[in-house]
Amino acid sequence: MDHSAYLTGLRLIATGAGVTVAISLCAIAIGFAIALPVCAANMSGSRIARLLGHFYVSFFRGVPLLVLLLLIYYLLPFVGLELPSFAAAALGLGVCTAAYQAENLRGGFLIIPAGQREAALAFSYSRYQSWRHILLPQAIRAAMPMMVNEMIAILKASSLVSVVGVADMTRVAQNIVARDVQPLLWYPAIAFIYLAINLTLAHFSHRSVGRLRRGRPEFRL
Amino acid sequence: MIDFSIFTDAWPSLLSGFLLTVEIWLAGCALAMAIGAPLGFLLAAGRRPTKALVRAYVEFFRGTPLLVQLFVLYYAGPSIGITLDALPAGIIGLGLYGGAYCTEIVCAGLEAIPPGQIGAARAFGYSRSQTLRHIVVPQMLVLVLPPLVNIAIFVLKDTAILSIITVPELTFQVTGLTLDTFAFVEPYLALSVGYWVLVELTASLGRRAEIRAARYLETSA
Repeated sequence: MDHSAYLTGLRLIATGAGVTVAISLCAIAIGFAIALPVCAANMSGSRIARLLGHFYVSFFRGVPLLVLLLLIYYLLPFVGLELPSFAAAALGLGVCTAAYQAENLRGGFLIIPAGQREAALAFSYSRYQSWRHILLPQAIRAAMPMMVNEMIAILKASSLVSVVGVADMTRVAQNIVARDVQPLLWYPAIAFIYLAINLTLAHFSHRSVGRLRRGRPEFRL
Repeated sequence: MIDFSIFTDAWPSLLSGFLLTVEIWLAGCALAMAIGAPLGFLLAAGRRPTKALVRAYVEFFRGTPLLVQLFVLYYAGPSIGITLDALPAGIIGLGLYGGAYCTEIVCAGLEAIPPGQIGAARAFGYSRSQTLRHIVVPQMLVLVLPPLVNIAIFVLKDTAILSIITVPELTFQVTGLTLDTFAFVEPYLALSVGYWVLVELTASLGRRAEIRAARYLETSA
């Protein structure tokens, strides 16, 4: 194999990496849009809303993502929705990450002292205003390290969309290997690209977690 | 519309798939713990170069998708003389992947033991191994139980990924069923519910174990 074939392979991998990042970002955004109402339902006073919220979180955290992707891929046309496979896969990843994001957000809300809610009420903030200006920004900030972890999880999980026909980085590598039979070159190569993206993401969350870890005594027997 | 009669003819293959899923799950968890316990200890208390090596293992296996790791092991392995059947490759891949998470958990559990307790035990003339056996390990086990149950659940869900490298576990069998019958929605829906029930059962067993473990810690303190 000459150099130009490797270059073509690299260019294809780069395109696949773009698809991987794009579908992960779409999934995170879809997930966040679903996570907000699910989290609100989980913390609401209504029993039915809580029940529905708990069911959502329990079900979508309980089903393997691969099975969920296959189900959604076939379910959408079954109910009359013809989506391109990229959109169907992004939706599948999104509904799954929403369950985890909703729990992260709930964790963020739980650490806000009750006094702040009361203070907002005393200043005659409406329910919506206190959510929008006081509670949500703090909850998101508190949930940020967990959210970065979730992004890493989704980036890794996005490799499964290769199964439902999306040409992400994993799928592209499979296609190249099918032609040039060099699995030892391409699979480790994409592994390191995933790793590089994830370590970059982790760098941001470790900066905040590192601050918490500092000052913790070392284990010594 | 939804027709569940297709399952009646297929139950032998579904049963064998289910049993294989459970076997893979148990073997994967056992391997993950066998890796995680010693490496977690090294990560907490080892010398610097050892720590760096263990850290590299943890970062690599947590930072790359399981699917890509399986591709490397199963398809690229033969190029460097590691020829494995799909099933052992899948179990080893799952164990290495889960082991990275277990390592991190065991390390965090050890670091959470107050150093004063270890100092006190040593001052009372406990040997290192006695301190480890009577002071550190019992408390550490209680601390790491909840996150380990979580990992066990993740390993269970990730067994589905082994179907992609042709391990004939439950998801593989159900996919075969869909290709035989051209019914896609019902089998994948039933499969989702099946995994969900298994995950919820595991989670509730885990919660009961946690309560008992916490009680043990209280009575022995």
